[in-house]
Amino acid sequence: MLKDQDRIFQNLYNDLGSDITSSQKRGDWINTKDLTNKGRDWIINEIKDSQLRGRGGAGFPTGLKWSFAPKEIGSRPHYLVINGDESEPGTCKDRDILRFEPHKLIEGCLIASYAVQAHVCYIYIRGEYFVDGQKLQAAIDEAYEKNLIGKNAAGTGWDLDIYIHYGAGAYICGEETALLESIEGRKGQPRLKPPFPALIGLYGCPTIVNNVETIAVVPTILRRGGKWFASLGREKNTGTKIFCISGNVNNPCNVEEEMNIPLKELIEVHAGGVIGGWDNLQAVIPGGSSMPLIPKEKCETLTMDFDSLMAEKSGLGTAGVVVINKDQDIIKCMARIARFYKHESCGQCTPCREGSGWMWRMLERMAKGEASKDEVDMLSDVTNQIEGHTICAFGEGSAWPVQGLLRHFRDEIKKRNNFDPIIKENKNIPYLVDQHLLDKNAEIKSK
Amino acid sequence: MSLKRPAKIQPEKFEFNSSSLEAANIIIAKYPKGKQQSAVMALLYIAQKQNNNWIPLAAMKYIAKFLDMPYIKVYEVATFYSMYNLSPVGKYFIQICTTTPCMIRGAQKLVEACKEKISENENELLKDKNCSWMEVECLGACVNAPMMQINDDYYEDLDKEKTLEILEKILNGETPKPGSYRGRINNEPENNRKTLMDLKNA
Repeated sequence: MLKDQDRIFQNLYNDLGSDITSSQKRGDWINTKDLTNKGRDWIINEIKDSQLRGRGGAGFPTGLKWSFAPKEIGSRPHYLVINGDESEPGTCKDRDILRFEPHKLIEGCLIASYAVQAHVCYIYIRGEYFVDGQKLQAAIDEAYEKNLIGKNAAGTGWDLDIYIHYGAGAYICGEETALLESIEGRKGQPRLKPPFPALIGLYGCPTIVNNVETIAVVPTILRRGGKWFASLGREKNTGTKIFCISGNVNNPCNVEEEMNIPLKELIEVHAGGVIGGWDNLQAVIPGGSSMPLIPKEKCETLTMDFDSLMAEKSGLGTAGVVVINKDQDIIKCMARIARFYKHESCGQCTPCREGSGWMWRMLERMAKGEASKDEVDMLSDVTNQIEGHTICAFGEGSAWPVQGLLRHFRDEIKKRNNFDPIIKENKNIPYLVDQHLLDKNAEIKSK
Repeated sequence: MSLKRPAKIQPEKFEFNSSSLEAANIIIAKYPKGKQQSAVMALLYIAQKQNNNWIPLAAMKYIAKFLDMPYIKVYEVATFYSMYNLSPVGKYFIQICTTTPCMIRGAQKLVEACKEKISENENELLKDKNCSWMEVECLGACVNAPMMQINDDYYEDLDKEKTLEILEKILNGETPKPGSYRGRINNEPENNRKTLMDLKNA
């Protein structure tokens, strides 16, 4: 288990209070000026040395992302945008940072803004976190009062303004370009990339978009050194991470742990075990709903980091671990996730808009045992038509969980759905939703 | 995609009152000059707060003028985001998360409680317009599942009985205390904490 002194978020459970005085006691803001005095290159190199990867899901190296910002401010100002639109089912880590460790985030904003030369930082918070956003706003007000942000912020000679922008209940705004569209006052539909936001982002200006957790760990990394952070976890998967363990466990909780921790340790030690015992485990979604599930057999030895989960054809994502035990109907669980994606699709790309609803309808029928044999392969086909054929990664996010289900529970689906195609040619269906079934019957007859 | 339709009965006029106006001007000042359109989401929210938790078409037209942008652009935003209510909801607006992490911990029981106490169907207003409920997608409090949101507050770690108690209070015009209803502190593992023990006992 990670030593307590190596935990970055000492106030994860709010034992100490989130106001500025208690935050300073924990070490926030104590020598911010000394850190920025070492210069931009030092900051970016230290973050590169720490091998910090973005905590929002994609795991892109943070230092590298920062180095994409133009070296000099040209005719257009730079922006830093913090992504706090946490809506991935199974994930609730950013909320705790917003309400219990706001000063870590604000200080991180200052350092990151300095590194990428931004004078304005927008923190995008999902609208439902209104109360938590108010707590962050109170912390921002405190920081302004103490001159930690604003003109010559914390004595660094850098001017920084931080503003909160609330979302209004759209999951897709967690996608960075959709988030920028949303800040610009439009509906959140992702933009094509390239151009990447680092060059053309908010209002057409260079913009760096980072997750709340990524930015909140930056000050501690700089204080304790990139080497310290890199010594935790393993090569390319370093540092600590807040894991959210939800679902069928005895003590669902958030906990900060070392990367590469065994999944079994997370569940058994921190979350008090699976309800009904380890043998009652059916599957685990390791990284928020968009990551494919992992069946019990593999959970025994699985370790939790970006690359080891990738090797299992899943992903760490946001590290929202959803534990599903054998009392649950796995097809129904995934059908509900498919319904989530159907609801949240922004409607811009046809494969996603039509496909997400199609997958949901099929899975609902499969859960009830009303689907035909052929539909299992058809479902697989639909997921492949969505994946990789959309502007943003929402397509993958909606297709992967279904692919995970098909990969590991195909037999279960087939056992329950053993009908021949329901629609026969002679039924004279007025609409041709399932045209392929008609065609197939015709083929068989003609033979 | 979710479908949203504006209410059939619409007020003729809408205007910000003085406190809304003040709030709106503070928000517009957050964005660069000429980019006032960025404030549209916040202004819609302010309008919703002012107008009993829903946004009439007149408010969209008003905001469009206010921000000097086409009405259809405001309409587009208002219909895209799910937190904008385009028809009346209860003074207490209850949203139950039923996405998988909540579902497997019994969110359906919360839905049952609402059906018993409030109304058979979603989005049905009680006669005194005090209460309405709906199912929503993940509210981001998964380790405190099942949970629901009433107006701005989160009510966590619920079951059917506790939900019924909360609803009873609301129907009596009281505002119940938000947070966990199993007495646990925030997101810590209940009775099983293994980390940061020095701070807990400090």
